[in-house]
Amino acid sequence: MSNTQSLLTIEELYASVEEKQIIKGLNLDVKPGEVHAIMGPNGAGKSTLGYVLSGRDGYSVESGSAVLDGQDLLEMETEDRARAGLFLAFQYPVEIPGVSNLEFLKASVDAQREARGEEAITSAEFLKEAKAACKQVNLPVSFLKRGVNEGFSGGEKKRNELMQMLLLKPKLCILDETDSGLDIDALQVVAEGVNSQRSADRSFIVVTHYQRLLDYIKPDFVHVLSDGKIVKSGDASLALELEAQGYAWLQKEPAEDELEG
Amino acid sequence: MTEQIDKALAREYEAGFVSDVESETFEPGLNEDVIRRISVMKGEPEWMLEWRLSAFREWLEMEEPEWALVDYPKVDFQAISYYSAPKSMKDKPKSLDEVDPELLRTYEKLGIPLIEQQMLAGIAVDAVFDSVSVVTTFREKLEEAGVIFCPISEAVHKYPDLVKKYLGSVVPKKDNYYAALNCAVFTDGSFVYIPKGTRCPMELSTYFRINEQNTGQFERTLIVADEGSHVSYLEGCTAPQRDENQLHAAVVELVAMDNAEIKYSTVQNWYPGDENGKGGIYNFVTKRGICHTSAKISWTQVETGSSVTWKYPSCVLKGDNSVGEFYSVALTRGRQQADTGTKMIHLGKNTKSTIITKGISAGRSNNSYRGLVRMNPGAQGARNFTQCDSLLIGDQCGAHTFPYVESRNPSAIIEHEATTSKVSDEQMYLCRQRGLDPEKAVSMIVNGFCKEVFKELPMEFAVEAGKLLEISLEGSVG
Repeated sequence: MSNTQSLLTIEELYASVEEKQIIKGLNLDVKPGEVHAIMGPNGAGKSTLGYVLSGRDGYSVESGSAVLDGQDLLEMETEDRARAGLFLAFQYPVEIPGVSNLEFLKASVDAQREARGEEAITSAEFLKEAKAACKQVNLPVSFLKRGVNEGFSGGEKKRNELMQMLLLKPKLCILDETDSGLDIDALQVVAEGVNSQRSADRSFIVVTHYQRLLDYIKPDFVHVLSDGKIVKSGDASLALELEAQGYAWLQKEPAEDELEG
Repeated sequence: MTEQIDKALAREYEAGFVSDVESETFEPGLNEDVIRRISVMKGEPEWMLEWRLSAFREWLEMEEPEWALVDYPKVDFQAISYYSAPKSMKDKPKSLDEVDPELLRTYEKLGIPLIEQQMLAGIAVDAVFDSVSVVTTFREKLEEAGVIFCPISEAVHKYPDLVKKYLGSVVPKKDNYYAALNCAVFTDGSFVYIPKGTRCPMELSTYFRINEQNTGQFERTLIVADEGSHVSYLEGCTAPQRDENQLHAAVVELVAMDNAEIKYSTVQNWYPGDENGKGGIYNFVTKRGICHTSAKISWTQVETGSSVTWKYPSCVLKGDNSVGEFYSVALTRGRQQADTGTKMIHLGKNTKSTIITKGISAGRSNNSYRGLVRMNPGAQGARNFTQCDSLLIGDQCGAHTFPYVESRNPSAIIEHEATTSKVSDEQMYLCRQRGLDPEKAVSMIVNGFCKEVFKELPMEFAVEAGKLLEISLEGSVG
């Protein structure tokens, strides 16, 4: 491995929700520009990992550490983690009735700019960027005026999440089962959006149950999460192996000594 | 999370300062002599005094209403002073230059500069301080258009025929307990007359300020829009932060003649009392308008203040094809209690009414919508649409809906929709994950909830209303 500094380093992370331990000693190292896929059976803790890293209320860290770009994530407020460059694309984005997408997005962008000591973006400039982002994710511009996720279809919600990502330009994007509920066309749009954002200073953690998404978003690494920890890591071929064999063979024989790349 | 939301809503009451103004204030107490003295202070004609006294006698026979879902220690009407006016107002200043600068400063601090050059163009203001009107701006400009906009105490002298004809014509003297009290002791408020076919060239606005301790404010407003005329009127109110409760019992009457339109907007921000319910204004208000043929009255209110609110701006849709609207946002927090709503009384054919209310309850407050839709036998083809939405913040507050529907005409159509929702953890999480702090997140969610009502407000007031809910609308496009 090169001596590039890690963007995200998770060490021996234990976390629980409602007093039930879900993450049980997880280690992960993500370098700038890398795409890591996290796969695993239902209930393995895939979504929980995103919630814990982003600081969702009710998810408590028992021990371990998570460092993003030199900052101790676990000590930070939810909004500060976002401002530090962590973005989570939700599996089930919630509606905020009456708050227009544009208003919401501009407030988010401005909050993040302010945290970086930058001036608020002008409305005209933002509108231009937002329209371009709409186009890129194949959403009509009229969606900017609609309430956040209000009455959006499943696919529209996912594309809306992606649009937010395009505008917020995070360092680390966690895509939480972004492929669930998408037809193949929508899947391709989402994948193209993600691929267009891949760059040397942006990393992705793609959480998914199915290999399908990884046909379009080629991961550098694939990890299998089972019972709260990574039991196997490999390259993109591991995903194909999982597709063919399922997860059962990994659960039977947890490979204790497997460490991620 | 609830704690954060509560914190976000726990705004400072910025209007809570006291102005250092020397006032002439009556001793507390209420009897016929006090009413005679008020009448003398106002230099009123005999008929006005008689009107007051007859209302007072009615009031003595009446019982304080107890049906509202509010709980507060009974008001001791003998412990209140019924008249207080800055001494400097005694000589009736002829122009702004003669007005006590401290009074002007008070309004400036509240964001209402009374010097015309500094004002928002297009808004004329009547500033009422305790029991007197301090100044009414842009009067000459309005007079050019034939519009009368002056303190009601002045209208009693200058336009006695109009006042006699319409005062008490919409809200009769013995309509209810507080209305009767108001008739007996009202001190000031605004009078508006828009002549036939005239579109009022400016927004009219009255700003009510209670300053003196232990006084009640009894505002009286009368707006008459003659045939085919149009007016938009705004009302704002604030009071100092005091430990004692103070009474504000207003009566507002609107008369919309054939084809006339009145838009009446209120941003009510009386001192709400502290976290434990100490102090604050009792806001017991009767507001009602009458619509003649094809006339329209639209009430929009944003209620964020007062410790107890009892208020039902209503429309009597007397003329055929007339329209009544009621848009309301009521926010209660701490120990605030609000029982507010509307009455739409359909008398004429093809009359239409729309009611849209947004109640937001936080802290340990109680927020009730109480509304009546009545279709009288003559209301052939009448329609009503009602939508009542409640937003709960935390688990110690209450939201209640009391819709009363009386239909005596089978052709009338009445629709009622109601929802109750919460600011959810998921919404907060989404906002914070995008980098918004919890305060901004709450105000944004609440703002979104209120959007349907805010868009009914004149622009200047929409901004003020947004600020009241700690919402920065800055940078919102579209």
